[in-house]
Amino acid sequence: MDLLTLLQVLDATVRLATPLLLACLAGLFSERAGIFDIGLEGKMLGGAFLSAAIAAVTGSVWLGLGAGIVAALLLSAIHGLASITFRGNQLISGVAINFFAQGLTVVIAQSWFGQGGRTPQLGDGSRFAGLTLPGAEALRDVPILGPIYYELISGHTILVYIAFLIVPLTWWVLYRTRYGLRLRAVGENPAAVDTAGVSVRGLRYSAIVICGVLTGIAGAQLATAEPAAGFIKDMTAGRGYIALAALIFAKWRPWYALFACLLFGFLQALELRPDLIQAVIGLRVQGQLLSALPYIMTVVILAGFVGKAIPPRAGGEPYVKER
Amino acid sequence: MADPVAAIELKGISKAFGPVQANKDISIRVMPGTIHGIIGENGAGKSTLMSILYGFYKADEGEIFINGKRTEIPDSQAAIGAGIGMVFQHFKLVENFTVLENIVLGAEDSAMLRPSLARARRELKALADEYELSVDPDAVIQEIGVGMQQRVEILKALYRGCDILILDEPTGVLTPAEADQLFRILNRLKDEGKTIILITHKLREIMDITERVSVMRRGEMVATVSTAETSPPELAELMVGRKVLLRVEKKPAKLGDKTLEVRGLRVVDDQGVERLRGIDFDIRAGEILGLAGVAGNGQSELLEVLGGYRIATGEVLLNGKPIDLTGSRSDGQSRRARGIAHVPEDRQAEGLIMDYTAWENTAFGYHHDHKYQANALFMKNAAIRADCEAKMKKFDVRPPDPMLLAKNFSGGNQQKIVVAREIERDPDLLLVGQPTRGVDIGAIEFIHQQIVALRDRGKAILLVSVELDEIMSLSDRIAVMFDGKIMGERKPGETDARELGLLMAGITDTTLPHSAAEVEAQLAERHGAAGKEV
Repeated sequence: MDLLTLLQVLDATVRLATPLLLACLAGLFSERAGIFDIGLEGKMLGGAFLSAAIAAVTGSVWLGLGAGIVAALLLSAIHGLASITFRGNQLISGVAINFFAQGLTVVIAQSWFGQGGRTPQLGDGSRFAGLTLPGAEALRDVPILGPIYYELISGHTILVYIAFLIVPLTWWVLYRTRYGLRLRAVGENPAAVDTAGVSVRGLRYSAIVICGVLTGIAGAQLATAEPAAGFIKDMTAGRGYIALAALIFAKWRPWYALFACLLFGFLQALELRPDLIQAVIGLRVQGQLLSALPYIMTVVILAGFVGKAIPPRAGGEPYVKER
Repeated sequence: MADPVAAIELKGISKAFGPVQANKDISIRVMPGTIHGIIGENGAGKSTLMSILYGFYKADEGEIFINGKRTEIPDSQAAIGAGIGMVFQHFKLVENFTVLENIVLGAEDSAMLRPSLARARRELKALADEYELSVDPDAVIQEIGVGMQQRVEILKALYRGCDILILDEPTGVLTPAEADQLFRILNRLKDEGKTIILITHKLREIMDITERVSVMRRGEMVATVSTAETSPPELAELMVGRKVLLRVEKKPAKLGDKTLEVRGLRVVDDQGVERLRGIDFDIRAGEILGLAGVAGNGQSELLEVLGGYRIATGEVLLNGKPIDLTGSRSDGQSRRARGIAHVPEDRQAEGLIMDYTAWENTAFGYHHDHKYQANALFMKNAAIRADCEAKMKKFDVRPPDPMLLAKNFSGGNQQKIVVAREIERDPDLLLVGQPTRGVDIGAIEFIHQQIVALRDRGKAILLVSVELDEIMSLSDRIAVMFDGKIMGERKPGETDARELGLLMAGITDTTLPHSAAEVEAQLAERHGAAGKEV
């Protein structure tokens, strides 16, 4: 396998890891605040649909992105109301959101566009195009570094760069700011936060909002960023659950989340290149098996084969004031 | 004489939860620079009153004055702003945060963390010097002992600039030495001009440290008296509303043969930590063996092994015949069939099913008995209900309604249901864990009498309790547990709280006088070691 092929696989890895990473960080904020969020999948799906629909109708991908975020925020708000205000079961609320989004996106898409539950194809201008970073063309022929810069680092959509920048930002917020300290505390022991005179409800809602924004961007990346060109039915295909697995794998820490998502992205990238696998290991691997790899990995992680992952202690429990 | 301004004055505070009137027209004045005790039985409304003062609940009626100024306290933020700090019975600390992070939480200076942490570190040092409250700011909460955690809670309040410190049952989790140390700290704070409210149900603590004491009963403030002018019997009478026997009256024990023999008992828990490290003891018929110790030193594991729901190695003989510790005959039902009854430490989790009725709960553990079981399919529900009614009458359970759910009884009455179920089986050996935890004084007296009556019928009793007073007044013989081992045995008449306290801290050489500093050093070592094990 030559350098160029490897770079192409890694390039696909970065692209495919992006929605996972955004969803994973979304889950990180929510779960660090003590709200388990199995509804990442549904929010991404909602975000994907509305971003593609609005981009198709208005021709502006930025308006599409905004609409995607709004859709995910609305679904987040349902989760917040159910699990914070009404102290409901967070798993049930999350599952409900997934079903709700799965059904509603197709129904609305069908009545709106009449194309069998998908949005119209997005042309250039109404979807995010790859950015050529400065100097990429010029450096292209420099041995080794040139192709790495041109193929791997340059050429992604703006959402990819945003996603990767959010990783250090998340780390910084979590461990270097007052908000981060309170957020981590409210997921561990909300009573400590409450008796310290800080609103548990306010903190948890703020985490839900961040979660909504990030899943909205994740959905937009799926539906409106090259090479994708619109929303199709169930297009998240379990990525929300994979992001959850990555979050557990990363033990709720931002940098580890990056690596976990890159690993899953790599597995998804391999699926696109069965020829490569055959070349490297000399065996023809069934395409279906390759497609199943990320999900098998998810099951392995969730079954606890990767060591003990301790979730935030107050996770999943509605906070009730008590003496 | 001009009336001095009270640090806290409550006027006509009332608070109801549904039909339950938790606080009824309560008025109280707490003078600045004093330690004021509030005493009352469980459910008397002490904690509700303090929760109102700390902004957890809003009073239905009444006014709060802080330093003479009328103050609204809608939330904890307002309470902190008014200079009130609270140390809860269950600490409100983030376990995997450092001491410093816990202290800063909610009292940060700005959006950035570093300057706040740096200032807190400096302040902490100043506070440590001023009040002799030293802690390691970088220690993680889950790795330090409870005494130290409590200190962090006090520091949290002081860091927020509190002038009024409320402590809710602060000594429940402490060894006697740690409690003494806490009281030294509180006296020091008082000398520096802080006002302290101490909520407790322990009469001794009130007598030792407070200047004035207010007594609550059934949501009402029944009296506020100067501590110097009252006595424990008088306070107990005020709390319960009738005369109470504080000491258990019992005849000398008539010892029979060995009922229980325990040899080399060992338990290793799921984490691979050895919880029992070779336990040996006997209990004779007609004897109460009291097992003293700070919670978490293996007493719970011992009860679980003897009760049949934890695996152990070693040998246990009941009436001379071995008991299966690991095999198929090692379960609660087999134990009960052999004549071992068990009043578990946590009645709400292990002693009762809270969502089941009282009559169902009276049959649990014995529901296969012919008395309760008509045939393979059906239970004799009417018989069980009648049986329950009889037990409730005999044990004065209130209300005496077998159809009521277990969770709707008060703590004391729940415990009476469990005790009635177990004692009425007339077991050869009764295991009792924390029989009076969360139980009011009136019920304590009754439960103690029942345990002594069982002993006088020639039965063996193993009593596990963290209440030293209870151990000393009930037991015929006292064994002290520390770190999974029995440190020594004493006769109640030949020992005192000080000696037992040293044994509870793992110090076996009790003949030498120990200074407070030495005990503290030993405790620190013990907590350090415990932290590493986990």
